Order: sequence, then C-alpha cells, then structure tokens
Amino acid sequence: MALNTLEQEQRRRARWRLAALLTPGMLWLVLFFALPLVIILIYSVMTNGPRGNIVWRFTVGNYYDLFTRSVYVNAYLRSIWISVLTTLICLLLGYPLALFIVRQPPRWRTVLLFLVLIPFWTNFLVRIYAWQIILANNGLINSTLAGLGLPRLNLLNTEGATLLGLVYGELPFMVLPLYAALDRFDFTLMEAAADLGASRPRAFWRVMLPMTMPGVAAGAVLVFIPTIGQFVVSELLGGAKVDYIGNLIQRLFLRSNPPNWPLGSAMAMVMMLVLLALILLYFRSTTEEDR
Amino acid sequence: MIEATSATPSRSASRPAVAQGRLTWSGVALATHAVLLYLFLYLPIVILVVFSFTRDQFGVRWTGFTFEWYVRLVNNERLMGASLNTLAVAFVSTIVSTVLGTLLALAMERYRFRGRSGMDALLYLPIVIPEIVMAVALLAFSALAFDLIRLITGESLRRSLTTVIIAHIAFSISFVVVVVRTSLKNFDRRLEEAAADLGADGWRIFWRITFPLILPGIIGGALLAFTLSLDDFIISLFLSGPGTSLLPVEVYSKVRRAVTPEINAISTLMLLLSITLVVLSQSVQRRR
Repeated sequence: MALNTLEQEQRRRARWRLAALLTPGMLWLVLFFALPLVIILIYSVMTNGPRGNIVWRFTVGNYYDLFTRSVYVNAYLRSIWISVLTTLICLLLGYPLALFIVRQPPRWRTVLLFLVLIPFWTNFLVRIYAWQIILANNGLINSTLAGLGLPRLNLLNTEGATLLGLVYGELPFMVLPLYAALDRFDFTLMEAAADLGASRPRAFWRVMLPMTMPGVAAGAVLVFIPTIGQFVVSELLGGAKVDYIGNLIQRLFLRSNPPNWPLGSAMAMVMMLVLLALILLYFRSTTEEDR
Repeated sequence: MIEATSATPSRSASRPAVAQGRLTWSGVALATHAVLLYLFLYLPIVILVVFSFTRDQFGVRWTGFTFEWYVRLVNNERLMGASLNTLAVAFVSTIVSTVLGTLLALAMERYRFRGRSGMDALLYLPIVIPEIVMAVALLAFSALAFDLIRLITGESLRRSLTTVIIAHIAFSISFVVVVVRTSLKNFDRRLEEAAADLGADGWRIFWRITFPLILPGIIGGALLAFTLSLDDFIISLFLSGPGTSLLPVEVYSKVRRAVTPEINAISTLMLLLSITLVVLSQSVQRRR
C-alpha cells in the first residue's frame, strides 16, 4: 500500500515535470506559429475590402483567381521551374564536391568542410549583394571587358543572374547533407561491385547513388524550400523584371495600394501545401533506411 | 552540421586513395571541380572585402586603398542604430529560444506521452515552411492581435522590435531543439543511473551530470539561433515597424538602389562576425 502511493507520487511528479518542460515552448509555438498560420488560412477565404481591409465574408474567389489568372499561374510555374533548376544544378555541382571532400585525409577534410560551412553561416543578403559588384553595368566584369576594348555585357537584372545567385546562395545547403551521407557510405562496396564485374558508372548508379539517396533528398529539400519562396534574389540580381511567387506575396502584403491580404494568404497557403506534399514524399522515401 | 564534422579515421583507411593508378583521371577531374567550386564560392566574398577598401565612390573598381568607408560607417547614426537593434534582438531571442528549446528537447527525448508525435510535427514545421509564409502569417497575426487589444483596452500598439523578437524566437526554438536533441541522443544514460544509484536526487543529477554533458549542444544551438536572428531578413522586413530599423532591412533598402562602398564595408563586418560565430560553434562541438 505504502509502495503504491510512493509510485503514484513519483508518477505525479514526473507528469508535473513534463508539463513544466513542455508548456512554455509549446505555448510559444502554438500562439506565435500555429495560430498565425490558422489566421492566414482563414484570411485566404475572406473578401478583400476596397481599402485593403478584411471583409469577413466567405469566398473561394482568391483560390479561383490563383488557378485561373495567368499572372498567378505563371508566377507559380516560374517559381517551381527555377527551384527545380536550382536544386538540380546544386546537386550536379555539390555531389562531386562532397565526394571529393570525403575522400581526403581527415585533417584536410575538416578544413574543406569548414570552407563550406562559412558561407552556410554567412548572411545570405551579403553574399547575394557581392554578385552585384561583379555583374553591375559598371561592375567588375564589365570594367574588365571595357579595359580590354570589348563591348559591355548586360549581366545584371537578367533571369540568368537570378539563377546564378540562387545556385550560389543555396549550394552549401546541398553540400552539407551530401557530405554527411557520403561519410556514412562504405567505399569498400565500390570495390566489391568492381570485383563482381560492374563498371564504375554502373557501380555508381547501382550502389553509391542509391545508398546516398537520403543525403540527396535532404539536400534537395533544403535547397528547394527557400528557393520556392524567394523574392530577394530576383529583386537584387534579376531586377524584379519577372514575378516569382515570393515577389507577388510580398507586394500584396507590403507594397500594393490597397494591399490584398486575402489573396496573398491564399498564395502562401498554396505554396505551403505544395511544399508539405513534397516533404511528406521525402519522409516516406527515407523512413525505411534512415529513421 | 554536427555529424558532418565527425571524422572517423578507421573508415577513411579503407577509402581508395586518389593516387591509385586507375583512379587518377577521375581523381584529377574531381579535384579540378572542387578547386573551381571553391573559387566560385569565395571569389565574390573576397571581392566584396577588397572593394570595401577602395577609394572608388561607386565601390566597384580598385582605385587605391582607404579606410574612409569604415569611418563613415561609424559616423552613420542610422546604420549604427540599426546594428545595435539587430544585436539586441539577436541577444534576447537567443536567450529565450535557447531556454525554451532546451526544455522542449529534454521533454521530447526523455518522455513518452500522448500527443508526442503531433508535437514533433509542430516542432519541425518552422524549419520546413518557407520563411515568407511565416512572415506573412505573423504579420496578419500581429495586425489582428493589435486590433483586439485596441478593442479591449483602448491601447494602440504598433509593430516594433518586440514583434520581431517574438517572431525570431518562434522560428529559432525548432533549430535549438534539433541541435540539443542530437546531443541528448549521443548521451550515455548510464551516467545518470550511476549517479542515482549513488544517491543523487533528480535536480542534482540534472545539474551535475546531464547539463554539463549537453552544454556543447546547448551552446551550439544558441549560436545557431544567434546567427539565424542576425541574418534574418524576411521576417524582420515584414514585422519591424516604421520607426525601428534592423541592419539587414537597411542593407536591403540601400542595395536595391545601387552598390556603395559603405555597404561593402558593413557587409565585410557582418562577414567577420559570421566567421567568428562559425569558428566558435565548431570549436564548441569539437570539444564533445
């Protein structure tokens, strides 16, 4: 009997301790993260008033507009397209780099990895800005060309510059998970594959790539997420000539006169749902091996 | 990032060396690729730093060495004020998010309870949704909350550093949780059991055993939260009020117009701070 109450007492204490650990953080996340998301979900089915105020009248018009008006559809397609392209280029550039780093002696590996970490921790805006100095009309490349007597090139404020900036900005986010995956990979398997008669490309496609797939997927997710919502790079390097979905959302919330928060909310919701679908797919593909 | 630096020498011994005859060609190709990619990563940064010392007033050409832009920077009250604001926001949000995140990490790693997987999902969500979605959600939330407060108390609030701090804490918590959970996972729980067998109570076990052992993880999480807050531009843009300026927002509004050597200088200083932080976080994690 006495033992029983002691156990109950202990259990009661553990419950209190758990509550004390969970409550502050969870309260913060529910109040300042989950609730705001619910609010824009509600806004996305409300009507925009003539002065940019929210009129509490239900409508699916915002979503209807998103899927039917070409301005918005094109912005979505453009964002998805440049995100896919950025992710692929980062993968093609990042995989060989990660492979190179993994194959170095430990001391060098630390240094090389550190060199990837620095841009990872460095302000994104600053790194994108650095390209303005290089690409501007009076910038480094053009003044060099002029010095050589060659004609100037129009480099800044192009979609190519946007893509360049995105690849440059996101590359470290691809390399780090790839490195982690390759570091876990047992390279003797490649020798085993060779002994069994597989050519090197075949061994790569059938052994190394499948076994490092969790790293590829993690890198792809890390690159894709910020790219699909970006508006900074297309403004600073792309000259805001074409609209990506991030530019539209930013304008609808901050710059338009009158603003249109319901439409902007609907855009954000659709973007988030597309991403969550992709991420669920990612978790499904990695559950068996990695978690 | 943490696991990435864990070098296992035993396994590297089994790796085929680049020098092995048949690998030479691919080895050379890989090395060339790596050199070019590192140049690609660092050349813009180097150019930025170099051009923060140029005399050229457009900051895009080398016309001689000067410290002038740094001097101007220090005398630019607006930029200095913005820098102080940014640091203050980063300090406060780091402290709060580190405490809340560490508590959450302990709860998630050490207890099994109903609703745990739901909370897990809620914790990962801020990491996986695009920042702009979080920014507009918090903007809408703050506008609505301010309206409600005005209705109830008659007090009219505006967006300020406080709203930015609240938002930064909301997205930093998740990152702190991830980092601290990793160090809790790598933790030998037998140490705690041994302490309990020796008669230490729960509180004492935590402060004498658990806390010192996960401290590198906590510091790592705090440094990450600090960096995230310093670097954050999107949420700061949406949530700072008209009177309160933050450094990344100031830099953005200047950069949108043109390149200036002054911005090169402030960027160089931000770069220096980032490098300091990454060195700190690496040395903390190496100590484990």
